[in-house]
Amino acid sequence: MSAVIEEHHDDHHDHKPTGIGRWLFSTNHKDIGTMYLWFSFTMLFVGGALALVIRAELFQPGLQFVEPEFFNQMTTLHGLIMVFGVIMPAFVGLANWMVPMMIGAPDMALPRMNNWSFWLLPGAFGLLIASLVMSIMGMGSAPNFGWTFYAPLSTTYGPDSTDFFIFSVHMMGISSIMGAINIIATIINLRAPGMTYMKMPIFVWTWFITAYLLIAVMPVLAGVVTMMLTDRNFGTSFFNAAGGGDPVLFQHVFWFFGHPEVYIMILPAFGVISQVVPTFARKKIFGYSSMVYATSSIAFLSFIVWAHHMFTTGMPVATELFFMYATMLIAVPTGVKVFNWVSTMWKGSLTFETPMLFAIGFIFMFSIGGFTGLMLAIVPADFQYHDTYFVVAHFHYVLVTGALYSIFAAVYFWLPKWTGNMYDEKLGKIHFWSSTISVNLLFFPMHFVGLAGMPRRIPDYNMQFTEFNQWASVGAFVFGFCQLILLYNVVKTIRGRKTVKATDQVWEGAEGLEWTLPSPAPFHSFTTPPVVK
Amino acid sequence: METEPKHEQASNKKVIAKLLLTVVAMFGFGFALVPLYDVFCDVTGLNGKTGIQVSSFDSVEADTSREIKVEFLTSLNEYMPWEFKALQDAVKVHPGQPTKVDFLVRNKTDKDMIGQAIPSVAPGIAAKYFQKTECFCFTEQVLKAGEEKVMPVVFIVDPSVSEDVHEITLSYTFFIKPGTEGANRRVKTSSISKALANHTN
Repeated sequence: MSAVIEEHHDDHHDHKPTGIGRWLFSTNHKDIGTMYLWFSFTMLFVGGALALVIRAELFQPGLQFVEPEFFNQMTTLHGLIMVFGVIMPAFVGLANWMVPMMIGAPDMALPRMNNWSFWLLPGAFGLLIASLVMSIMGMGSAPNFGWTFYAPLSTTYGPDSTDFFIFSVHMMGISSIMGAINIIATIINLRAPGMTYMKMPIFVWTWFITAYLLIAVMPVLAGVVTMMLTDRNFGTSFFNAAGGGDPVLFQHVFWFFGHPEVYIMILPAFGVISQVVPTFARKKIFGYSSMVYATSSIAFLSFIVWAHHMFTTGMPVATELFFMYATMLIAVPTGVKVFNWVSTMWKGSLTFETPMLFAIGFIFMFSIGGFTGLMLAIVPADFQYHDTYFVVAHFHYVLVTGALYSIFAAVYFWLPKWTGNMYDEKLGKIHFWSSTISVNLLFFPMHFVGLAGMPRRIPDYNMQFTEFNQWASVGAFVFGFCQLILLYNVVKTIRGRKTVKATDQVWEGAEGLEWTLPSPAPFHSFTTPPVVK
Repeated sequence: METEPKHEQASNKKVIAKLLLTVVAMFGFGFALVPLYDVFCDVTGLNGKTGIQVSSFDSVEADTSREIKVEFLTSLNEYMPWEFKALQDAVKVHPGQPTKVDFLVRNKTDKDMIGQAIPSVAPGIAAKYFQKTECFCFTEQVLKAGEEKVMPVVFIVDPSVSEDVHEITLSYTFFIKPGTEGANRRVKTSSISKALANHTN
């Protein structure tokens, strides 16, 4: 800020800091949200490029382009970047932008910590990607043990860069924990007068619960990588059988974090869909309170199902049954949500703008991913599906056509509010249809090759899987390059030439505090809190 | 925000304090899972962890109506240059009958070394019924260069073991004691590929 004290008498005239300092030292929730979103978008292309290396290699059986060692680094970094660098930061970015505006707060409760949360991320991913750059330059391997970094692959057999990875995960963890604390403090303390908990938009509710999940499990992730660090460098034997440890313990601690983590990546998506669907159905959301309770029950259940990732490690039958039934129980609150979205659309005045298309795509394809999840929950079936492409198909349906599609829906939905300009609807629709066709070409055949026994994370495969893999690879390249349409559309909307100005309400059926603000949303909003009736 | 009312800053502090406390507690919980897991494994016999050493067997009647085949499996961890084998492949025992089996270990190197054997019992449901009074796995084994040693294991299968158990496998893996010379805590991937290449040749 300049030394001259300027009077903040006019909300519509923004006093933005200028130059790089605006971004480096930003404490503004909108600027930080924007940075999170751009960071995530950049990482989407990085992680996507790695995925294309994988798909190029898998176009034919045998080894074509990369060595198996390098292939392992690709699968590892693709997973890590997509989970921690794309999906999570994108949702944090959306929370930064939208939560204060939706609850009538002037900013996040802890703006300086917000700045720090964001700026840890480029450091964390710089470190992780540095290990890949070094690998390409022939200076040792990048992390190559899969995104789940099971011991002893990551301890006894981990490459030297594993220590880079550990430090990087520590930084991501600190960033997420601080982000979560900030969101909880904002929601508890900064709601506008009259904005009771049960009046909060569902997106705010889902993020509120997600933030608690983050607080509960990111420290466990930090714990498990710390154990790895001491096992590797300071002579402990948490996961080393020779010293009395147990590698299976790693899997328990990891998945105690890992399962709630998958809900961290999907609950905010549920929130986005619960904002988009009522808007374009021009109806209130069906079953508001059941949505809130369903979200809470999913969050609770996520803590008692972790061992369904490890059915094949050898567990007592009673334990396997417990985890199987607990896992299947999650289908109930999830089913409630899908039912509510469909009921919201029922007899609504539906229109199909791009955000709605992505939302409906989400509901349909996320449900496919949910059903395959139920199949995987069945213990005896899982013995066959475990570590095959069926699992890959399952989690890509919930993460790509689930989480990522909801992020696309959110970006199209709120972009006019952020920039003041309408995006190009035609390009948006092209983006949706090309993505949806190609993404199914990419992931649907994986179900079949998985059921037939093609193992995941292997650069070579049996001849009989060739054709399905070729479809998947073609789908992958088309899907990958389709995302450039989104990039072009976003840039075009921000620049605002040849675009239509957005109204304040933007969408005819939009309801909520964020739509009462001007478009683009002013740099400082709700400096005097609105009153919610 | 300068305009922030005082009480709001105070409640922010309260929220942050509570949440940070949760973070610290959950970090601790991650580590608490380590002993919890051990307790859980001891109780359930999960992962074939055998129970603690028993000082003597309770004088139980051997159940001669049943016979259980106990098989012995010996293996060496990577880079463990010793020779290690059971002198019998398997024995047939009645539950409740104390049995002694000898294992042979030889340090094939010209260096003095310390090793540690880690036992595992399969199936898991039999693990806690498999009791040992004497086992070389309870202590570290110090072997001089070229030294050979016969090591006994005395065990009993508790007669209360499930009727479904007809075979029990006792497996030992010998490790170089972590932290001593030769114990490769971190194995270079290149050396693994080399080992694999040698193996297939």
